[in-house]
Amino acid sequence: MNAPAIELRGVRKSFGATEVIRGVDLAVAAGERHAVIGPNGAGKSTLFNLVSGLLAPSSGSILLKGDDVTGLPPQLINRRGLSRSFQVTNIFHRMSVWENVRCGLLWAGGQRYSFWRSVDNLSEINARTERVLADFNLLERRDVAAGVLTYAEQRALEIAITIAGGADVILLDEPTAGMSRHETDRAVELIRRISEGRTLIIVEHDMSVVFGLADRISVLVYGEIVASGTPQEIRNSARVKEAYLGQEAH
Amino acid sequence: MTDRVVNAVVGSASRGVPMSALARYGVWVVAAAVLAVLPFVFGSGLALTVMSLMGIAVIFSLSYNILLGQTGLLSFGHAVYYGFGGYLAVHAMKAIVANGLPVPLPVIPLVGGLAGLFFAALFGWVSTKRSGTAFAMISLGLAELIGSSALILRGFFGGEEGITADRTKLLRILDWSFGPQVQVYYLIAVWCLLCAILMYAVTRTPLGRMCNAVRDNPERVQFVGYDPRMVRFLAFCLSGLFAGVAGALAAINFEIANSALFGAVQSGTVLLATFMGGAGFFFGPVLGAVLVVYLQLMLSDLTGIWQLYFGLLFIAMVMFAPSGLAGLIMMHRPLWRARALHRMVPAYFVALVPLLVMLAGAALMIEMFHHLMVKAVEGPAMKFMYIPLHANAVGPWLVGLLMAGGGFLLFHRSFRVVAAAWNRTGVADAAGGRP
Ligand SMILES: Nc1ncnc2c1ncn2[C@@H]1O[C@H](COP(=O)(O)OP(=O)(O)OP(=O)(O)O)[C@@H](O)[C@H]1O
Ligand SMILES: [Mg+2]
Repeated sequence: MNAPAIELRGVRKSFGATEVIRGVDLAVAAGERHAVIGPNGAGKSTLFNLVSGLLAPSSGSILLKGDDVTGLPPQLINRRGLSRSFQVTNIFHRMSVWENVRCGLLWAGGQRYSFWRSVDNLSEINARTERVLADFNLLERRDVAAGVLTYAEQRALEIAITIAGGADVILLDEPTAGMSRHETDRAVELIRRISEGRTLIIVEHDMSVVFGLADRISVLVYGEIVASGTPQEIRNSARVKEAYLGQEAH
Repeated sequence: MTDRVVNAVVGSASRGVPMSALARYGVWVVAAAVLAVLPFVFGSGLALTVMSLMGIAVIFSLSYNILLGQTGLLSFGHAVYYGFGGYLAVHAMKAIVANGLPVPLPVIPLVGGLAGLFFAALFGWVSTKRSGTAFAMISLGLAELIGSSALILRGFFGGEEGITADRTKLLRILDWSFGPQVQVYYLIAVWCLLCAILMYAVTRTPLGRMCNAVRDNPERVQFVGYDPRMVRFLAFCLSGLFAGVAGALAAINFEIANSALFGAVQSGTVLLATFMGGAGFFFGPVLGAVLVVYLQLMLSDLTGIWQLYFGLLFIAMVMFAPSGLAGLIMMHRPLWRARALHRMVPAYFVALVPLLVMLAGAALMIEMFHHLMVKAVEGPAMKFMYIPLHANAVGPWLVGLLMAGGGFLLFHRSFRVVAAAWNRTGVADAAGGRP
């Protein structure tokens, strides 16, 4: 069998004296859409920060497509085909929407640190930038500085930058947070489409999104995975109901 | 959704037409023509010297803006690379003359550029590990270090006097000796245009784009595959390269390299010029460099305390026009596009008159104060703008006070006139308010 796209083995993370991730074991198969749910402060974003290299785990190891990437800096993990979005919008504020998305494409497009090629002549990269912008309904806003976009547009741009480079493992941290029902529906449709044939891990509070999108779900409570399974299994799990869904449903 | 996408594509197609060759290169052709013609318009020795200094300052400021405006790095020690460019250029000229090597003068700036590049790579490897305040402090420390070694390592730096070379003794091409200032001017103009084109081209490359990304958000840059430290390092190297070219041209112009090239004044001036011109726009530093060189020469001719006025101007720019001259100009672009620029002229005139009155009144009082404090031995008689007066008399002080105070009040009220005129043009104020 193929190696899992992402595998965590006994991962722990402490900030000073407080242990926020308390021994997580998780395997996400290639091509799977995996949702991570859990109450506020459970450590979901911290988990993403560990997997994407923003933080190094205190102990345990993280494997990307079978290779140990524990402790590698984010750019090296990204170059191995993992891309993530942020819960708090994290974009290039003074650059145009167009430039933002193209920044997500340059390394993946093989440009590295080149200072002898004009970006205006990178027809393949520019065409792909245009396609991504069209997908996210941002074409009309292409020349606007990202900092002046509306909140929903910035959220869309955040995801657009993340997926632009064509990474095959994608981590989305609450992509629909703060969106209206209508915007959420559109975003979910888009996420479903762009994650076709790729591995997706998504943190989400909106249960309709989670149950509509995910092949498997893991429930993280207080730094530990208390349950992991298909949406059906999670829905029926007593432990999950008590730990998490019970509070939400109330 | 599909409809909207289609609309968007069609809508953008009309805007997204690729720039024609004329629009793309036209500005450089015009710049080349202007540089070529300038000596025929301003042919005096003084004018040629001033224009030569401006050309050097333009390269230096543009190189500085690779750091400040494009990568978001505030350096207090950019003169280090300018200085090494200058020293290595003089050493190269001396060696070439001493050994009779067949190397003409116009390639010497390349030596300066390589020197700047080498030292930028050396020092930048350390300093670009950090950004923000730490980077700024390291740059300051390095500048101090180099500045003081320049006085200690006499063999290389020549101590207080510096080292000199004769630029006319190199291999001649087309019989140009580079003795006359006009020939040096053309040498500087060609290098200035070449460097400006190259530096602009770099902003349009993947590295140039990622410099902007690092400026805006270094954390996110890591998650699209780039190492922000490497981006900063490469930007620093390029910046050092062009600073070295500028330093070499300065050394050629003065036929000397001394420790002043490394000085804090040099590092400070390039920061001021870049900021006043507008770090947010590629052409901003060009305006800033021209303005600062002009002001330095013109003000120092008019008054003994020109640094004071220069400082006040800088503070005023920081407070009221933080995006610099280029920002002020670009603010008017929507008006220009709407062909409504001329409708602002009366309002600006209404604002300009009290502004000038206010500045004249303030300058009068500053000059009288300066005269009383510093030139007391000469007695109270002095001249202000060719008008004889007594610095200790009540009359001139009253006039100064009235002009400054009244001018300020009227200038302040004129803001409303300007704002009203702007509103009447019907063009939205993109910059969010008048300065
Ligand atoms: N860099 C840090 N330093 C110290 N504590 C941190 C740090 N990052 C997160 N924490 C703490 O770790 C805990 C988990 O935070 P995390 O952001 O991972 O939660 P989350 O599950 O994403 O919550 P939410 O649903 O609100 O986004 C919180 O108590 C938080 O305060
Ligand atoms: Mg979170």
